[in-house]
Amino acid sequence: MSAILTARGLSARIAGQQVVEDVSFDVAAQGVTALLGRNGVGKSSTIKALLGLTERTGEVTFDGTRIDRMLTHRIVRQGIAYVPEDREVFSQLTVEENLRLAERDGAPNRAIIGELFPELLERARQQAGTLSGGQQQMVSLSRALMNENRLLLVDEPTKGLAPLIVGTVTKALQAAAERMPMLLVEQNLQVVRDLAHTVIVLSGGRVVHTGPAAEFLDSELVHRHLGVSTDTEAA
Amino acid sequence: MRSFLSSRWGKLAIGVVLVGFAAMLPLLNIHIPGVLPGPTYTPGALSVLAYAMLIAALALSYHLIFGVAGMLSFGHAMFFAAGAYGLGILLNLLAPSGMPPEAVFLVAIVLTLVVALVLGNLVGALALRVTGISFAMVTLAFAQAANVMIRRNTGDLTGGEEGVRLEASLVPEALVGVVNTRNLYWLALGILVLVYLACVWIERSRLGHVVAAARENELRVTVLGLRPYTVRLFVFGAAAVLAAVAGIGFMLLQSSATPRISTADFTLTLLVIVVLGGVGYRWGAIVGGIVYTILDQRLAELASSSWIAELPPVLHIPLSEPLFILGMLFVLVVMFAPGGIVGISHRLTKGRGGKKDAAEPAVLQDLEA
Amino acid sequence: MSTVLLLLITGVGLGALYFLVASGLSLIYGLMGVLNFAHGSFLTLSGFLGWEVGRRVGDGTWLGLVVGMLVGLVAGALVAAITELVFIRRLYNRHIEQVLVTVGLGLASVALFEGIWGSDPIQISVPGWLRETTEILGSHIPNDRWLLIGAAVVVLALIVLFLQRTSYGLVIRAGVENRTMVTALGIDVRRAFTIVFAIGGAAAGLGGVLASVYFGTVSAHQGTSLLIYAFIVTVIGGLGSLSGAAIASVLVAVIQQFANYYWGIGDLAIVLALAVVVLVRPTGLMGKVKH
Repeated sequence: MSAILTARGLSARIAGQQVVEDVSFDVAAQGVTALLGRNGVGKSSTIKALLGLTERTGEVTFDGTRIDRMLTHRIVRQGIAYVPEDREVFSQLTVEENLRLAERDGAPNRAIIGELFPELLERARQQAGTLSGGQQQMVSLSRALMNENRLLLVDEPTKGLAPLIVGTVTKALQAAAERMPMLLVEQNLQVVRDLAHTVIVLSGGRVVHTGPAAEFLDSELVHRHLGVSTDTEAA
Repeated sequence: MRSFLSSRWGKLAIGVVLVGFAAMLPLLNIHIPGVLPGPTYTPGALSVLAYAMLIAALALSYHLIFGVAGMLSFGHAMFFAAGAYGLGILLNLLAPSGMPPEAVFLVAIVLTLVVALVLGNLVGALALRVTGISFAMVTLAFAQAANVMIRRNTGDLTGGEEGVRLEASLVPEALVGVVNTRNLYWLALGILVLVYLACVWIERSRLGHVVAAARENELRVTVLGLRPYTVRLFVFGAAAVLAAVAGIGFMLLQSSATPRISTADFTLTLLVIVVLGGVGYRWGAIVGGIVYTILDQRLAELASSSWIAELPPVLHIPLSEPLFILGMLFVLVVMFAPGGIVGISHRLTKGRGGKKDAAEPAVLQDLEA
Repeated sequence: MSTVLLLLITGVGLGALYFLVASGLSLIYGLMGVLNFAHGSFLTLSGFLGWEVGRRVGDGTWLGLVVGMLVGLVAGALVAAITELVFIRRLYNRHIEQVLVTVGLGLASVALFEGIWGSDPIQISVPGWLRETTEILGSHIPNDRWLLIGAAVVVLALIVLFLQRTSYGLVIRAGVENRTMVTALGIDVRRAFTIVFAIGGAAAGLGGVLASVYFGTVSAHQGTSLLIYAFIVTVIGGLGSLSGAAIASVLVAVIQQFANYYWGIGDLAIVLALAVVVLVRPTGLMGKVKH
């Protein structure tokens, strides 16, 4: 399968500290590629490095264009949307203002918000900081989905959410994955199983495994690399 | 040869030679027109050099706070002023005590250092409760309050805008008068060496390592079970005392202290010096201090020269303001040569096997906390 | 009672001046993480230019003053925007170096002003009414305080309108909260940087002309001395908070006036207030915890 994004020898530093070291991987041009690994292994930092949100070195190519020297807003304008860990909605702004800020081109797809998260429309004038975690995640996802993008970078979308909301978010991601490729960081292996076709596993800041998702999730590698067994992940 | 020069003994040898050479200057007849006002044995040249050395010593003490500990303080001038004013005021206060002049002089110096120590720890204890820009602002506010108090002639001690004059009758004779300028020069050199050695000692000590580590990664130091607050406070207090030592030298050299040395602008000058020389390098502070002082003096001289006065106003106004030229020079260094003078010389020698510890100064990282 | 009222209103007037300087400082810091040491120079330069133009239009007349205020406003905005474009932008995301550059510019520009206009304060003339007083409940309030308060209120209202009603205002509000995420939405936040510099410069520029009215002089050091108070105001109010800057400006100036009148320790009282705020509430009165 062809790749929409390739990273070669990617390293990242935060406050002088090496957090990602010489990582190389591909993100497939269709479907969901999951980036896995234990806590603190550098998954979020890898995504941030792709976006130029950390100091980084190495080669990153997006659909034939080198993006490793671009400023973040230029990278995003290539058609890469970012759903950050902890959602990072602007808590002082209203829901509507959060969405308006995210409108990138002339024809944002506002209708999709009504389809996926109708309750956001009712809360348009509410301050985003007063929303529940799940609602904030809906805002964060809407910001990414309403623009015409060619790749989604999604970091821990179900972290800290109630099971019911996890379902809504998973469904939204599934719908998004039909339209565009996605690089997904996710701890909840059930969500990974539902969405991803390929996994990339990081350990100690390096890639230690790449392969089909189902095969990986059913093997003992899960235990070795993630420290969990497939039996308990559903819990 | 080069490997010897960069070894520990080699550095020591270079240091001894340099200090030895500097100590001999008053006995030599070296004239560098355009840099010094006269041959090196003349009082004019010696007092410029002595002043430059004291500023270098002060810059070194600032280097401890800014370069080593990574704390942006805007209040350092306060401690220099504490040294200069402290000595002047205490001499005046102790004069009627009836003690022999030598004793008065010594007691005044010791008390001045105690005052600086207490002041440094007091301000540090409060300011270090916050980090980054807030720390800078708190130090600035304290320095500003000190400056206002000095200007207002608080307690009829500081003399207001006039400042305080040194009571010459209580100072050892060898340190008084133009004829003894060379003694004052040697004193300034001694102070510079003393402050330098103190900086080396602090930086090489376990505490110095911890404070440098806390600059890079506060969390890691905390995890190690050490309190960044305590080590930073020590460094802040030590730098305050060293600044006061330089201030004492300044008072003896200039025979008077004015509110100028307690202003925020004076601290900003120190910042300029340290960055100009090269943040994070002890040598940077020294080279920066000396280069800055001499440039300042020379540019002022240049400003009054006739060919400048004949230029059209667009040129002669900026050229007759030394601080304008120095300020813009500083801006250029920050934008295009972040390692300052020492950084540039390292870069030039790197290809020929120069020192490899010329790492980017880590203090120029984001302090926003 | 009349003394208290006089001190209060005079304090608010001085606070208005502090606000004109601190509002820009706080916005710039909030959005960019840069403490702008050149801000005082925006004020000083605008003060001089406003005076130079104003006195040629009509020395000591209302027309001259109004023209001077406009000149100060425009000059402040332009100089600030140019400073951002030429010096600050090249050091994108290197905050300490950005602060250092503003330090250098601040020192250099004051020297330049001294070269052009001399280092002694220059007496200026203002419309006669401003030197008179208005009696309110038995206290005689100098009229220039009304001008200062009015100008600050208008500036505050305009900035709030801009922040709330325009798309750049939206970017600035979002950027103050989380600049990184704004860029991650594909927005070139640097344009907002230039805009906050221009807004801050305009407010400081107007402040420069009004400061010359308040003090009766223009001088090369006017900006620098006001800047230090503005810094204190900014920290007390909470870095990045406009409302914090407004409240703290008034609070600081009023405390200063009262402490000065009754004990002669205005400056010390402010430093004390700063120390208390830093110890009790390090983020300032209205500051948000940044992550």
